[in-house]
Amino acid sequence: MKKVIRYVILFSFALLEISPVLFLLAGTFMGNQEIVECVAPVLKKGDGYASWKLFPVFPTMKNIVELLLDSPEFFQMFWNSVKIAGGILAGQLIFGMPAAWGLARYSFTGKKIIYMLYIIMMMMPFQVTMLSEYLVLDRLELLDTSSAIILPGIFSTFSVFIMYRFFCGIPESILEAARIDGAGEFQIFFRLGIPLGAAGIISAMVLSFLECWSMMEQSMTFLETKSLWPLSLFLPEIEDGNAGLSLCASFAALLPAVIVFLSGQDYLEQGIASAAVKE
Amino acid sequence: MVKRKKAGFLFVLPGLLGVFVFYVIPFGDVVRRSFVQAVGSGFAGMKNYHQVLSNQAFCLAAGNTLRFVLVCLPLLLGLSLGIAVLLQGQEKGKNFLKSAYLVPLAIPAASVVLLWNIVFDQSGMLNGILSFFHLKGKDWMNSGAAFGVLVFSYIWKNLGYDVILWMAGLHGISESIYEAAKVDGAGAWKCFFYITLPNIRPVAFTIIILSFLNSFKVFREAYLVVGNYPQEKIYLLQHVFNNWFLELSVDKMAAGSVLLCIVLVVFVFLLQRSWDKEV
Repeated sequence: MKKVIRYVILFSFALLEISPVLFLLAGTFMGNQEIVECVAPVLKKGDGYASWKLFPVFPTMKNIVELLLDSPEFFQMFWNSVKIAGGILAGQLIFGMPAAWGLARYSFTGKKIIYMLYIIMMMMPFQVTMLSEYLVLDRLELLDTSSAIILPGIFSTFSVFIMYRFFCGIPESILEAARIDGAGEFQIFFRLGIPLGAAGIISAMVLSFLECWSMMEQSMTFLETKSLWPLSLFLPEIEDGNAGLSLCASFAALLPAVIVFLSGQDYLEQGIASAAVKE
Repeated sequence: MVKRKKAGFLFVLPGLLGVFVFYVIPFGDVVRRSFVQAVGSGFAGMKNYHQVLSNQAFCLAAGNTLRFVLVCLPLLLGLSLGIAVLLQGQEKGKNFLKSAYLVPLAIPAASVVLLWNIVFDQSGMLNGILSFFHLKGKDWMNSGAAFGVLVFSYIWKNLGYDVILWMAGLHGISESIYEAAKVDGAGAWKCFFYITLPNIRPVAFTIIILSFLNSFKVFREAYLVVGNYPQEKIYLLQHVFNNWFLELSVDKMAAGSVLLCIVLVVFVFLLQRSWDKEV
């Protein structure tokens, strides 16, 4: 009996968590008319309440085709998102990864202060740094360019923290052995640090990607030109004509994140858990 | 040894420079501006702070944000801990369940906006379900109930993240303690209160901080669903900052950012102290 209750609780929460994806998936294959019929009350066109179907009665690919072939704005936004996420991730590998390594494996004057600074930075929500970011981007004449989103994103310290945790877990004896064999510090980082800390690096990248893909405060604030906007600012609307297209677009917007999520899931879990467990 | 210290610092330096250029130095400028008059450059003393603290919108938003945190944090922490404990004893489908809980992490706010509209509209699905049970529905988005929608969004989004964190903590508790307790005749509840709870205290600290910080991101859903001027009950600090930014009130923003930063640092510091003391 206890077992049954546990099953019911665990699976009903799981269902609640994934239901939006299921809804959008169904909506992607529905025709406009079917959607409008379902949500007519919300559109103030019918009585009763909105409803939904988990399986379309008249499945169609029409909206998918229209989205893929006939919506240039959507594609523009999609590629903007890819560009922003790609730029930030690459930058975090170039700047964040060595920083995490340096903080994790070496002791030098001021290290503690730098570490504290990184932790405090990690905790600050966008609202605290909004004005300072604006001021520096204005000074560098970067406002209203993709760099306004990418450059500050590169130096966000959250991914450094995740990689730091994993780098700390590498046994010192391995590095010591390499030093005795005459390896230089940079060699050790590239030959031992990166491969042995790979799980942490991937975890940090998966988490960063998910964050980049849905971040919108920065773009809202620093990008005026709509053609630069990422997909996270795409505001789908349900009207008679484009209901299907909107649903389709909503689904397409979450697809890359879900793919990264599914393929990097173990790493994602490790990355999240690394914050909880002290080394 | 000196060489090694230098190497460590060199690893950290490029990333650190970026952090200084984009965050630390401009934040210093923000602190300066918070003491300077909006027009001209005269010293304003505490005037800007006074202005912010007596600003009606700011007080409303600060109160709402605090209320949101006080309602959400205990709910989320309790619920996710419960699920984590149940999930630990689960054999079948454990991995599937874990990923199902994590899915919302990958879903950008833009993708759920449409669904939220269909579900929470006055004639939306939620009211449909309520009416089936002969309960009176609400106009969820345009009344005080919007607060509930926000709470739901937050918990929906962060549940899996916290479950994974708790599970990492639970994993660290040695199985033998439970076995010993069972031999002595302790039931499941006793085990939970006398073994699980005391042993996950250190992890709980991290989880509270992370969940608290994630609560600032719920603004995304609020913004995309109802825009810049939402229902009074869900007018959050993020809305204030956004509106100040739009009207370019640099003086208010500067003082507001500094205040928020101080509150956050003090909160974390106090939490840490109370944590260390009790252990």
